[in-house]
Amino acid sequence: MALPSGTFNQSYDQDMAIFRTKTQWLILLAFLAFLFSSPLYFSDRILTILTIIGITVISVHGLNILTGYCNQISIGHAGFMAVGAYTSGMLTAHLGWSFWAALPCAALAAGLVGILFGLPSLKVKGFYLIMATIAAQFIIIWFILQFRNITGGGDGLAVPRPEIGDFVFRSKASYFYLVMAIACLATFVAKNIVRTRAGRAFIAIRDNELAAEVMGVNLFAYKLLAFFIGCVFAGVAGALLVHYVAFATVDQFPFMNSVWYLGMLIVGGMGSTAGVIFGVVSLKLLDELVVIVGPMLAVAVAPQAAASLGLIMRGLVIIIFLIFEPRGLAHRWQMVKAYYRLWPFSH
Amino acid sequence: MTFFLQLAISGFALGMVYALIAIGFVIILKCSKAFNIAQGHFVMIGGYLGFTFLVTFHLPIWVSLLAAIGSAIVLGLIIERFTLRPLIGQPVLAVIMMTIALSVVIEGLATLIWGGEYKAYHGVLPAITLEIGEISIPPEMLIGIMVSVVAVVILMLFFRYTKSGLAMRATAEDEQVVQSAGIRVTTVYALSWAIACVVGVIGGIILGGVSGVMIGMSNVGLKAFAVVLLGGINSIGGAIVAGIMIGILENVAAGYLDPLLPAGGGLANVFPFIVIIVVLVFRPHGLFGLAEIERI
Repeated sequence: MALPSGTFNQSYDQDMAIFRTKTQWLILLAFLAFLFSSPLYFSDRILTILTIIGITVISVHGLNILTGYCNQISIGHAGFMAVGAYTSGMLTAHLGWSFWAALPCAALAAGLVGILFGLPSLKVKGFYLIMATIAAQFIIIWFILQFRNITGGGDGLAVPRPEIGDFVFRSKASYFYLVMAIACLATFVAKNIVRTRAGRAFIAIRDNELAAEVMGVNLFAYKLLAFFIGCVFAGVAGALLVHYVAFATVDQFPFMNSVWYLGMLIVGGMGSTAGVIFGVVSLKLLDELVVIVGPMLAVAVAPQAAASLGLIMRGLVIIIFLIFEPRGLAHRWQMVKAYYRLWPFSH
Repeated sequence: MTFFLQLAISGFALGMVYALIAIGFVIILKCSKAFNIAQGHFVMIGGYLGFTFLVTFHLPIWVSLLAAIGSAIVLGLIIERFTLRPLIGQPVLAVIMMTIALSVVIEGLATLIWGGEYKAYHGVLPAITLEIGEISIPPEMLIGIMVSVVAVVILMLFFRYTKSGLAMRATAEDEQVVQSAGIRVTTVYALSWAIACVVGVIGGIILGGVSGVMIGMSNVGLKAFAVVLLGGINSIGGAIVAGIMIGILENVAAGYLDPLLPAGGGLANVFPFIVIIVVLVFRPHGLFGLAEIERI
């Protein structure tokens, strides 16, 4: 990583630090302070958007580890979220478990289902694996619809809000804090997972599977581990989503979302923790723009324009990024930082 | 027994359409190594084009078919030139994401143009019903079977005897050798997209005649993937056999098992995905595909 002029790494700790200079720490603390004080000055509507962004960030971190770092493309991420969501929903609604006990179970269940559908990854890759994960999405949703006496099927399932002792996370602000705390933790964990032995193995598998195997990376174990980790994040995000809405239906986990999460990775930049946040925030803001502009178009052009605008915008953004900025916003951000560091001298 | 035969025959008609759609997918895959997720959306566009020409403009079926094919060629060429050509040499994921993005844009445009409602064109097709014993084959299916058989035969002749068809097969074999032999690979790519678009649109018109047109029709593309995987990813003959197999199996399984399942079944919709998983685990290269051998 490039450092500001006059700063040198003199120890291993300094070399490994994510936040290297005092300025970086200052910016981080300022950002966290701003984030966690935002319920003071934002309306409930904006808090809802931010909460959904937080939940999506958690989920896409998982997808980034799986797809961005380990190159196991998954278009079934919303399905894995649904596994976590329904596990936690059923445990709390039917068995009366506390949310805090159900959340780890949801993560574990999603991870295990992820391993199940990751099994073909040993034999196949690229397109074949994509088909397996698309199949996972549809099969999971079908199972949820079939077992309707425990999952509620098409009617949905009422889910209680989480609580600590007597305090229930009922207000928008309290749930915002809960989601943001978990999202920050998830970002921290995701950033550090890829710096461990496992993370380096993922990157080796991504860059050259054959070379990684020759170096002694156990392909099968590490691919399944990537599926497990990726789906654990998805499970947590799914559980948080249904407890936020206090209701679980399969409509919350459509196939389109799985595709859209990959789109977020493309826009943000594959294989970059910061890119996940860039991608999720920018595309969610685009969605909000569509929500505002859509009704105006519906009045001005045609009633169906609102629905089609969302689809066309989403597709066009991905197309434009693939052609003109294939490395995503994270790469652009690095270039801006490099320019700022070197200005006014270019060396 | 009559019930079984009825299911099998409608499954056969459906299977021919699946095969047709899957062939479009295989053609693009063989020529340009691109996985076209938007194949199902070509089908949906085909259904709507059929509706426009048959119902809105009141054209006879054969004229409508030709007009739809013409529009499909233009659509395929535009898509290839402006979205896929800039991605030559990019990784698999970029190409797949591009076709997914394309499918989203096509869906949006179709919603904008046709309003996204269910449309049907029953009664426009000539009424010829074939009856064999107690089984009757409705006219839509009969026309469907006829059109798909003709299309498949034309495609096979095209690949065997025409210069462009041979160029496409050669490109599928080895791009660099083909270039040194003086064939423009980009032209072959464009041609492959045009053909894939045409077969998708033909499939769409047939399906639209059988069960009406709607935006969700594009899901049939996902079923075509099961066909492609089962048949072997680079085999056109395999796509036909697997298409008919999956069409019949899906219909029979749904006909017999749906009443037994809770929540009304809906097995026809997931059945192809179960096939996908089974094929991937036990025979990734499909029934007729070549097993990929990796060399260091």
